[in-house]
Amino acid sequence: MTQAPERVSPPVEPPVVDSGPVVGRPVDRVDGTAKTSGQARYSAEFPYPDITHAALVHADVARGRITTIDSADAEAVDGVLAVITHRNAPKMAEAPKVSLLDLSTMAAGTRVNYLNTDEVHWNGQPVAVVVAETLDAAHAAARLVRVQYEALPAVTDFAAAQGDTKPAKGGMMGAGEAKKGDAEAALATAPVSVDATYTTPPQNHNAIEPHATTAFWDGDELTVHDATQSIDWVRKHLAIRFKVPAAGIRVVATYVGGGFGGKGSVWAGTLLAVLAARVTKRPVRMALTREAVFRTVGGRAPTVQRVALGAGHDGLLTALVHTGVSAVGRTGGNAEPVGSQSQHLYAARSVLIQHRTTELDMLPNTFMRAPGEAVGSFALESAVDELAVELAIDPVELRTRNEPERSPTDGKRFSRQNLARVYADGAERFGWAARDPKPRSMRDGRRLLGWGVATAFHMPIQLPADVSVRLSADGTVLVRSSFHEIGVGAATAQAQITADALGVPLDAVTVEHGDSDQPPAPMAGGSGQTASLAAAVLQACDRIKREALALAGKAPGSPLHGLRPADLRATGGGLFRADVPAGAEHAGETYADILARAGRDHLEARTGSDNRFRSAVGQARFMAGFLNDRRKWVRAAIGAHFCEVAVDEDTGEVRVTRWVGVFDVGRVVNAKTAASQLRGGVVMGIGAALGEETLLDPRTGRIMNPGLGEYHLPVHADVPRIDVSYLDEPDPTAPLGILGIGEVSIVGVAAAVANAVHHATGVRVRDLPVTLDRLL
Amino acid sequence: MRPFEYVSAPDVATAVRAISDAPGAKLLGGGTNLVDLMRQDVERPTTVVDISGVPLTGVDELPDGGLRIGALVRNSRLAAHPVVRARFPVLAQALLSGASGQLRNMATVGGNLLQRTRCLYFVDASAACNKREPGSGCDAVGGFHRGGAVLGASEHCIATHPSDMAVALAALDAVVEVESVRGTRRVPLVELHRLPGDTPHRETELEPDELITAVEVPASTAAATSRYRKVRDRASFAFALVSVAAAIDVQDGAVAAVRIALGGVAAKPWRAYEAERVLTGARATEAVFREAAEAELAGAVGLPGNEFKIELARRTIVATLRQLRVEGGAA
Ligand SMILES: Cc1cc2nc3c(=O)[nH]c(=O)nc-3n(C[C@H](O)[C@H](O)[C@H](O)COP(=O)(O)OP(=O)(O)OC[C@H]3O[C@@H](n4cnc5c(N)ncnc54)[C@H](O)[C@@H]3O)c2cc1C
Ligand code: SF4
Repeated sequence: MTQAPERVSPPVEPPVVDSGPVVGRPVDRVDGTAKTSGQARYSAEFPYPDITHAALVHADVARGRITTIDSADAEAVDGVLAVITHRNAPKMAEAPKVSLLDLSTMAAGTRVNYLNTDEVHWNGQPVAVVVAETLDAAHAAARLVRVQYEALPAVTDFAAAQGDTKPAKGGMMGAGEAKKGDAEAALATAPVSVDATYTTPPQNHNAIEPHATTAFWDGDELTVHDATQSIDWVRKHLAIRFKVPAAGIRVVATYVGGGFGGKGSVWAGTLLAVLAARVTKRPVRMALTREAVFRTVGGRAPTVQRVALGAGHDGLLTALVHTGVSAVGRTGGNAEPVGSQSQHLYAARSVLIQHRTTELDMLPNTFMRAPGEAVGSFALESAVDELAVELAIDPVELRTRNEPERSPTDGKRFSRQNLARVYADGAERFGWAARDPKPRSMRDGRRLLGWGVATAFHMPIQLPADVSVRLSADGTVLVRSSFHEIGVGAATAQAQITADALGVPLDAVTVEHGDSDQPPAPMAGGSGQTASLAAAVLQACDRIKREALALAGKAPGSPLHGLRPADLRATGGGLFRADVPAGAEHAGETYADILARAGRDHLEARTGSDNRFRSAVGQARFMAGFLNDRRKWVRAAIGAHFCEVAVDEDTGEVRVTRWVGVFDVGRVVNAKTAASQLRGGVVMGIGAALGEETLLDPRTGRIMNPGLGEYHLPVHADVPRIDVSYLDEPDPTAPLGILGIGEVSIVGVAAAVANAVHHATGVRVRDLPVTLDRLL
Repeated sequence: MRPFEYVSAPDVATAVRAISDAPGAKLLGGGTNLVDLMRQDVERPTTVVDISGVPLTGVDELPDGGLRIGALVRNSRLAAHPVVRARFPVLAQALLSGASGQLRNMATVGGNLLQRTRCLYFVDASAACNKREPGSGCDAVGGFHRGGAVLGASEHCIATHPSDMAVALAALDAVVEVESVRGTRRVPLVELHRLPGDTPHRETELEPDELITAVEVPASTAAATSRYRKVRDRASFAFALVSVAAAIDVQDGAVAAVRIALGGVAAKPWRAYEAERVLTGARATEAVFREAAEAELAGAVGLPGNEFKIELARRTIVATLRQLRVEGGAA
């Protein structure tokens, strides 16, 4: 690769523009009406005249070989078109080897080549697909496929497998290690210390929209409507597996009903819908049942963690040990990097962070909202609370005393450092000063009240993004990029950013997204989508403004004649001199005037890279830049959670009664959707704290609660009013100062709850979820 | 779901004939339990007899002050009925603590009484379950059994009955009226459900061809001061780990009459006769409440995953009685 690669959007110090009139405002979602009126179509809702329906048959052994499959009864069901098994399925290519040069190689949820093998690797693995004219016929027939297995020995008990662990491999979720000084020795001699084991159970994402795929082949051309957070990965992955050019594959995901990471990889439903469409030569819709989502889409791995802290009587940390063992599937999955925040959060003189994994014969785990930190913070922030109790220092005070100057493990600078500030703000809003630290000191009738705090910390990623921006002579703007609207308000945010960058009204901007025919965008993950796109959008808008200026500059009569970009501001639908008050005579020109004079009907700029070769090189360069950038900076969104719980003294029932969260997430693009994201993270954290647990039977590896009746997400009655606020200051190292808010607020929630429960009851619960039996 | 024959019955006579004619037939009330189980391949009726149009929808006051409730009255309607709310608060509260608004709008009184257990292994057709497949074993005993029974269970089955409404009705001495081609009979609610023994697949005293037409709740002095306390894993939309339906009449500090039933602890709504015996005539004090609770749970047996329910049940009995003494019945 000798050819100089095209410059891609720089990861550091992109153009920082002033916050304009719409960025930051709580504007309504651009797609709000479409969604609330049912006009917005999701992947299972695309009508094809000759649509067929597919249903999965799942293995009910954890490991084994299929000995017989009897599909005669299923085939006899009225309306059944095909029963596809490993006996008759067309060959799919294996999943590619993972390479950092092409992130899409990480798309496969598992190495298992479904229906191309007689091997079973987890209880629930799809072993057959039934395609029928109706959904009911497909499901009825799926029940009639009789499969027999030769069961093989399987490891399915996470607790029992603790003796067989190995060091974690790096991977998509990036389980880092860190070592500074001799933390164990420092711990042993510390004047005050805590050393405890914490556990967290497997969890599932449970987005409101179950995974669904509609697939349709026309020769070697494929159209896929897929509930995905990574259109580009789906496209490239399907090209490899079905041995067709990616250019002939169109992936559409205009609207996705939530993801939380569960729609980040390519799982069985997508692949098998495409396979079934190949077999039947008809459009196939695979709308997974909730149970099928549980059985075929990985969740968050269970963890066992040790956190040990040593400190002087002044509360300053002398030792911090955070080690974790998490489960991975034998056919895929990554370590849950539980110690990731522990590398940066507190100024410990010695640090040891280690991740190990143990392989189970289970559905591979995957990333779920704040992989690592969401459950790692439960252990770390509980331990900090335990230390505060030991030291008799207020837990807010203890944390702020240990706020580091530079990242303790690697000396990197923080792009922002506001831990003490968010705690101070939160304490004020919550009324923390009134807290009596003694457990069981506050009550409301028969309910014991407790107050707890914990820190939120998350490092958003940034990925290369392609966008095109087209400014038309009528003053309207069209932004196109195949990014993902998974419910967060992404399109609204980009419309706001574009409006301000070009100085046009918000309603002049249309944003098209969610279609691989558009310029490729990165996956919606790592809290990186908004900032990644913003960098590209700003660059494209910048080019358009320069081109408009160049056009105007050539015209002697133009008020912009002879001016440089730095002299101008984009406002009022055009470019105007920055040094004269808005509205002044002869201060500038509208785009409409500039384009009319130049005889152009539009200006268009595309940023990023498009052809395959350039895209690979561009990605590699971007990753190198991103990693280099990470070597210099710790760029993290942070927050302080304050909560109150009420624990029924008789029954041990825990209810969260009050929540205050104060965050530093850089610049906020939309006050309304940002608040929703931050609240949503807290709600999901309350779920993890009090109810969520995927019950994987250790004897069989089978998930026993694959439904929302028995997998206890929080319901409305479990969630109090959540007071969220944020500093809203741009991060100087991030595009437009945006850090990313999708994940940070779940981090620390479970610890805040458990800490409050301790304050209420005196009982320290170190195992999630905090169910009432632990408090009796 | 497997194919089945569908029959819509306009009246009781047609319905009972239809279920007696077709072995393997099932009645469809609100369908909120039956249809789910059919989807899960746990229920496999050959014929579904839809009784949702049968006019058993009255809630009528009886001359003695009791109530006659039609089997097809929807749970939400019954909970909102002014007489239920005023004179039988425990029943209204129990209904409202169950399921969700949408489900209660569909669920019928008859269907609620005969809903099946939520045991995780019962609803998973790949597991061993003596209730679903007699003789196949019980995967719950060595597996997840947080919802499992601590009273009246057997080695063959530790399932619990999930209904909240039935617990209140058990405390209220309700009687179930049943119809079949053989005629009408009345079964006290506390005798409707069976304990598992070695036949956990036989869940009730009803024959497969019998239809519940009504539930009668007699008048009682205690009912006006009654309460339902449900303890569960989240604030709403979860089944009871333990629940207590209690009605008490305290005169001059002594218990004149008391009715207690427990939910979430047995294969049937568990009428707490032992506790009632200790309480009746005794002083209404915390110590006596505790003594009564201890007596009731004396024979309880737990497994690792549900042992906590024994102490939880004791505490919930005490808490409910205490609350009744202090605050009375209304929620
Ligand atoms: C997610 C979820 C949560 C729930 N949570 C709760 C809860 O917290 N507490 C609670 O109590 N319940 C709960 N339920 C259960 C709910 O209350 C029952 O499903 C409902 O009461 C059943 O009534 P139905 O009319 O829909 O019954 P159906 O589904 O119509 O019938 C249930 C059974 O009763 C039989 N049957 C129906 N009517 C008659 C009759 N008249 N005579 C003889 N047999 C009859 C049917 O054949 C069937 O076997 C929950 C259900 C769900 C799905
Ligand atoms: S407890 Fe009863 S219902 Fe549950 S698996 Fe055992 S036999 Fe079946």
